[in-house]
Amino acid sequence: MLDNVVRFLSLSDANVRFVLLGSLLIGATGGLLGSFAVLRKRSLVGDALAHAALPGVAVAFMLSGSKSLPVLILGATIAGVIGVLLIQLIVNFTRIKADSAIGIVLSVFFGVGIVLLTHIQRTSAGNQSGLDKFLFGQAAAIVDDDLVVMSVLAAFIILAVLLLYKEFKVLIFDSGFMQSMGFSARLVDLALMGLIVLTVMVGLQAVGVVLIAAMLITPAVAARFWTERLHSMVLLSTVFGACSGMAGTFLSSLAPRIPTGPVMVLVATGLFCMSALFGPRRGLVARRLRERGNRQRESIHHLLRACVELEERTRKTAFPREELAGELQWPRRRLRSQVAALQRQGLLARVEGGWQLTGSGRQEGLFVVKSHRLWEHYLVYRDILTTDHVDRPADEVEHLLTPEIIADLEQLLEREQGLDVASIVDVHQGDSLYRRGGQEDG
Amino acid sequence: MVEISGTAWIIITAILAASSCALLGSFLVLRRMALLGDALSHAVLPGIAIAFFLSGSRAVLPMFLGAAVFGVITTLLVETFHRRWRVPEDASIGIVFTALFAIGVVLVSAYAGEVDLDQECVLYGEIAYTPWDVLLWEGQEYGPRPVWILGTVLVLNLLLVTAFYKELVISSFDPAMAVSVGISATLMHYVLMGAVSLTTVAAFESVGAILVVAMLIVPGAAAYLWSDNLVRILLIAVGFGVIAAVGGYYLAVVWDSSIAGAMVVVLGVIFLTSLLVAPRQGVVARMCQRLLLSMRVAQDHMLLNMVRREEVAEAWRWSRGEVERAATVWRPIARLAFGRLHRARLLTGGGGEVRLSEAGRLRGVQLLRNHRLWETYLSKLGLPPDHLHDPADAVEHFIDGDLRREIDAEVAAAQVDPQGKEIPRGE
Repeated sequence: MLDNVVRFLSLSDANVRFVLLGSLLIGATGGLLGSFAVLRKRSLVGDALAHAALPGVAVAFMLSGSKSLPVLILGATIAGVIGVLLIQLIVNFTRIKADSAIGIVLSVFFGVGIVLLTHIQRTSAGNQSGLDKFLFGQAAAIVDDDLVVMSVLAAFIILAVLLLYKEFKVLIFDSGFMQSMGFSARLVDLALMGLIVLTVMVGLQAVGVVLIAAMLITPAVAARFWTERLHSMVLLSTVFGACSGMAGTFLSSLAPRIPTGPVMVLVATGLFCMSALFGPRRGLVARRLRERGNRQRESIHHLLRACVELEERTRKTAFPREELAGELQWPRRRLRSQVAALQRQGLLARVEGGWQLTGSGRQEGLFVVKSHRLWEHYLVYRDILTTDHVDRPADEVEHLLTPEIIADLEQLLEREQGLDVASIVDVHQGDSLYRRGGQEDG
Repeated sequence: MVEISGTAWIIITAILAASSCALLGSFLVLRRMALLGDALSHAVLPGIAIAFFLSGSRAVLPMFLGAAVFGVITTLLVETFHRRWRVPEDASIGIVFTALFAIGVVLVSAYAGEVDLDQECVLYGEIAYTPWDVLLWEGQEYGPRPVWILGTVLVLNLLLVTAFYKELVISSFDPAMAVSVGISATLMHYVLMGAVSLTTVAAFESVGAILVVAMLIVPGAAAYLWSDNLVRILLIAVGFGVIAAVGGYYLAVVWDSSIAGAMVVVLGVIFLTSLLVAPRQGVVARMCQRLLLSMRVAQDHMLLNMVRREEVAEAWRWSRGEVERAATVWRPIARLAFGRLHRARLLTGGGGEVRLSEAGRLRGVQLLRNHRLWETYLSKLGLPPDHLHDPADAVEHFIDGDLRREIDAEVAAAQVDPQGKEIPRGE
């Protein structure tokens, strides 16, 4: 095994170089086209197409008697195109929906392929084992002639994507707009499908028809977790694909019995899981952190507001923890940790008789109180809610209002309602039951 | 003797597998879950493989258990990716089943030879060995094991479908209604997915992981083209499954190929035939409908244009070619339409001199009335004058007595259309 590793990593063996370059091309083209396929919601069409290619491979072999890649790819391409057209026909002419149509074409073509393969296997005297590799893929079988074919296909695909990038982009995000600008969305869609067919063909030999769909889907979805821009998603997806291609080939070369396709797919799946966990903004961890940060900010706002309102009501400036806890209806532990957090931020200070807002703490607290009350006034003014229903929504919105929105609200309410914005009173004035709760509605 | 009974056992196994799959598959097609079924049948592979390694044999219980666990994992993962990680649904299905299937293939390849499971078995099963896989019980032989397993699964599926027929139907067609009458659509979803997992595993040994998808989806989809009645769809689907099982076996004998593959080929032929010739839904039927419709439009246009011309130039002489061009459709269809008008005696004469008969003129005037009434109606709705003709052109063919009276009332028995042309009285 160690020999294998050394041989592989040193790249001294020409075969190894072919195989690695081949798997790089497969992964890269898959990732490239996959971005468009996934965004266009055509993820599984690639799957149907790949399965549909199997009978094409078998027929091409039966007719030509040769196992050379260009011949087999030609057969596969024709079969794949027939498969896609059949899906279209079924969806357009009958009430059978796209999912069933894909499933039907995929499984029936595959069944035909299996029948032909077993037929070849049992009847032909020649060595047909080369066809088996099209099922699960054998990257080790890539030789220099194959590499030429794959490179030509890959170069064509990349060139076509570069030329049609803008068209694809419009197609994905606003095909209606495309139509209205006088472009035929159908034609561009067809071009995209054609390129997906070619992409599948590049990977057919090394990944196999059963799993190549993953090379179109998984890297693209993984890339989606890292970016909001199409061009960086396409680039990243290409890189992810190339990495999974090469790493998969390397790993499967360590254990010769294991076909390449599944290993590539597993590497890509690993990348997907990492991306789903650690991607910025969309990743699971980032989202959890953001949620926690939001909750923390809300707690702080509620605590500051409670202090300001207590000051307003009691004319005191320092409050013991119990009083704060009562005002907020928080359990002691929560209050203690939040008070400590505010103290660290210099918003709350310990004084005789309890805790007191610092200068900056009062400033922020006043802003929150203002947001809250302005929103309450606004809801009442607009007849959206009655006074006894506005506290809860304001509780949620107060954290989100920006100074610009506040300014707008102030202007509006001052103009229309004659509200004195210098000292905004509670919309509930005189309502003695009124209580500010962080969680509970008094 | 042994030969014949072996064949019989294989065909019985195939029939059992095909009908179990067809029964559930019909629901998958109706519920638009065909791809989830596809994913499930791939994704149970690691479960089966792990069960093989742990138990070291083809014991039924561990296999079912393993597959059931992975069936649930698949459904849960797809839901999680889709709902919580916001991956599009088809993409999450693609990711989950390829990853799980890849794990399965790696496991099978890595331990190939150590256990009785290999890549070929994964792909297309070993239905040909069924007669030798005999169930032994206290030294007695009780026939092939797969027959027992598949028979049990078929009975379970039948029980499921008959016992929960109402629930399945309501939750398939109207989940909201199902919830409102106290049926949990989610529960039915999981029950169905569980049943699909079980069926997949049972059929796995016989037909392999990928071909089972065809057994699930194709009969139901084909039957869906033949009937609108669910019970009939189920019966037809099972019938198609049985035909495929029997036909596939003999096809495989003739071609010397995989039996399971040949069964799928027969299913493919059945589907293709249905696609072409099914009543109403089939391609041929649809083409006929379209042809008839365009003929009718062509006829209407001919009569309409002749009446229009009569309004301004009474003594106009129509040649047959002019009449056909007035149809404004593809010429061969216009020619057919002309023939029909002639046979119906709406047009008389021919060659250089074509005339409207009394009945033809009546029909033409009616169409003109439809056209102008619709224009008036649209104009009343506020459409600008240059947008009235085309919609009226499309609708004029379909306005009959009742609708015409309604529009008449709506436009307050208008005498002239928006262009100031008289609306003829028709009847």
